[in-house]
Amino acid sequence: MKRVVLVDDHQMFRTGVKAELGDAVEVVGEAGDVEEAVSVIRAARPDVVLLDVHLPGGGGIEVLRRLHGSVPSRFLALSVSDAAEDVIGVVRGGARGYVTKTISGPELTDAIARVAEGDAVFSPRLAGFVLDAFAATDVPAVDPELDRLTQREREVLRLIARGYAYKEIAKELFISVKTVETHVSSVLRKLQLSNRHELSRWAAARRLV
Amino acid sequence: MRPVCSACDDRCVEDAEPTTGGGTPGEPAGPPRLERRPDGALLAGVCRGLAAHLGIDQVVVRSAFVLLTVASGLGIAVYWVFWLLVPPAEDSTRTARHDWVQLLAYGAVAIGLSALTWGTGLGRAALWPLIAGGVGVAVLWQQADRGQRQRWVVPLRQRWLRSLFGLALVVGGIGGFVAQRVDPGEARAVLIATLIILTGVAVIATPWVVRLWQDLDAERHERIRSQERAELAAHIHDSVLHTLTLIQRNAHDPREVQRLARSQERTLRAWLYQPRSDPDRTFAAAIRELAGEVEDDHGVPIEVVCVGDTALDERLGAALQAAREAMVNAAKYAEAPSVSVYGEVEGDQVAIFVRDRGKGFDLDAIPEDRMGVRQSIIGRMERNGGRAIVRTAPGEGTEVRLEIKKA
Repeated sequence: MKRVVLVDDHQMFRTGVKAELGDAVEVVGEAGDVEEAVSVIRAARPDVVLLDVHLPGGGGIEVLRRLHGSVPSRFLALSVSDAAEDVIGVVRGGARGYVTKTISGPELTDAIARVAEGDAVFSPRLAGFVLDAFAATDVPAVDPELDRLTQREREVLRLIARGYAYKEIAKELFISVKTVETHVSSVLRKLQLSNRHELSRWAAARRLV
Repeated sequence: MRPVCSACDDRCVEDAEPTTGGGTPGEPAGPPRLERRPDGALLAGVCRGLAAHLGIDQVVVRSAFVLLTVASGLGIAVYWVFWLLVPPAEDSTRTARHDWVQLLAYGAVAIGLSALTWGTGLGRAALWPLIAGGVGVAVLWQQADRGQRQRWVVPLRQRWLRSLFGLALVVGGIGGFVAQRVDPGEARAVLIATLIILTGVAVIATPWVVRLWQDLDAERHERIRSQERAELAAHIHDSVLHTLTLIQRNAHDPREVQRLARSQERTLRAWLYQPRSDPDRTFAAAIRELAGEVEDDHGVPIEVVCVGDTALDERLGAALQAAREAMVNAAKYAEAPSVSVYGEVEGDQVAIFVRDRGKGFDLDAIPEDRMGVRQSIIGRMERNGGRAIVRTAPGEGTEVRLEIKKA
């Protein structure tokens, strides 16, 4: 069973998530701010951290900055925010995925398992942001391997944005679920490593058409 | 209609009384007693106490003592008398921490002035330049003092003019020395003495001016923050509180509660995160608005994701109407927990996908005369040079794909 730490400044929300997850995962710790999160995660060393984007003390991104690489845990960002710079910022900070807080219990359990295996989890909205961020042809690619999405990756993202689950995407594109996961992980890597000038800020600006 | 928390209400009224009656909010009604204030004193706190009692700045009082001392030595005597007769403040338990830099600065001013009047024997001749310089310094002081009290009343331009005026007087005073004293040796002595005075004044004034500047800055930020808070409060009051009330009234109807919550969530999100754009002019904003309307009408959550954006035209308007029809169908008949809408603008190609995981239907089984899918969606798209593809089967959910080229 996956060991999980919940980081969110709303006690009510943590309680709700715990109830929804039920017996599917083992919640080994909870934290309500950045300081607490860092010490709880260091002590508990969970498989997955459910990390709120907005936290007192610097936000989820600060937790990632202080822990990323020093603990074996993987991070899944959870947010009510729709702001592109928040979402992309936390993913570039090292989170392996982003889901909105309206996600259902079973979907969240599924996302936790996926992240624990080292795969990436994209919500439809994050897929939309990424497509937007990589869509521009007016920005020259410095590193074409990192700065552009392949046709296949684009198709996978588009289907995620249309509300398809991985299994449905696999069926639609006549590929295996594993291949879908590989494509999504590859997109995540590009999103995290691409040095395109201020990717996130630019993505936000693009939405201000 | 008595407020529930009457105790709190009364207290608030009581608290408000002195400020509304007094006219000078934040200040105690009468001047404080005349007493020495060793906390923050330079010597014994006489000037601080006097300043507090008279309600003027301590720097002014201190300068007055310096001048009295220079002019006749009277200042020292007066200071001694006050020191002996005025009791120290009762609440000042803290030990006096002398600010030696300030004390040195006042000393420098005193020595400089003394050097002018006695050392060089220029007392009489230097009187007018001295007075001019003194007035200049006084204007500078007074201006800064008022600035602190009425920082939001005095216009910036006026303050600059006054500063310039004060500076001109100071410079004029110095110039007066040079002009009157042709003897270069004496002029030099005068200049040195004047420099000492000005340095002293600068040392006294600097921390104070810096503090004033910081005050101004802090105040400006605070004002911006409070404006934002007021706007937020107004918004929350108009929309969120209103919705919460409605939810309480409709607690027996879960569907209505969900509809209200979703509708409020959408409004709040749009207000917080979405750029202000006009749904009459841009594609993405128009889709979001449509989805919101359908969601409100039918109580099924509709998740919208848009990539790219463009200005609306007639063809896109038709595609949006078709998309609306598809959303309504999904919300009304699919029996799905939610509907996904994806809008995409790539170059001049625009695509809209409306998808649900509901019960689906058999497209061929729909009679020819039914308006819904055939006319409102497929027919409308084809009339406008686009196309609509409906993928569905019983139990498989439905996806309507609309494609059109921008006009």
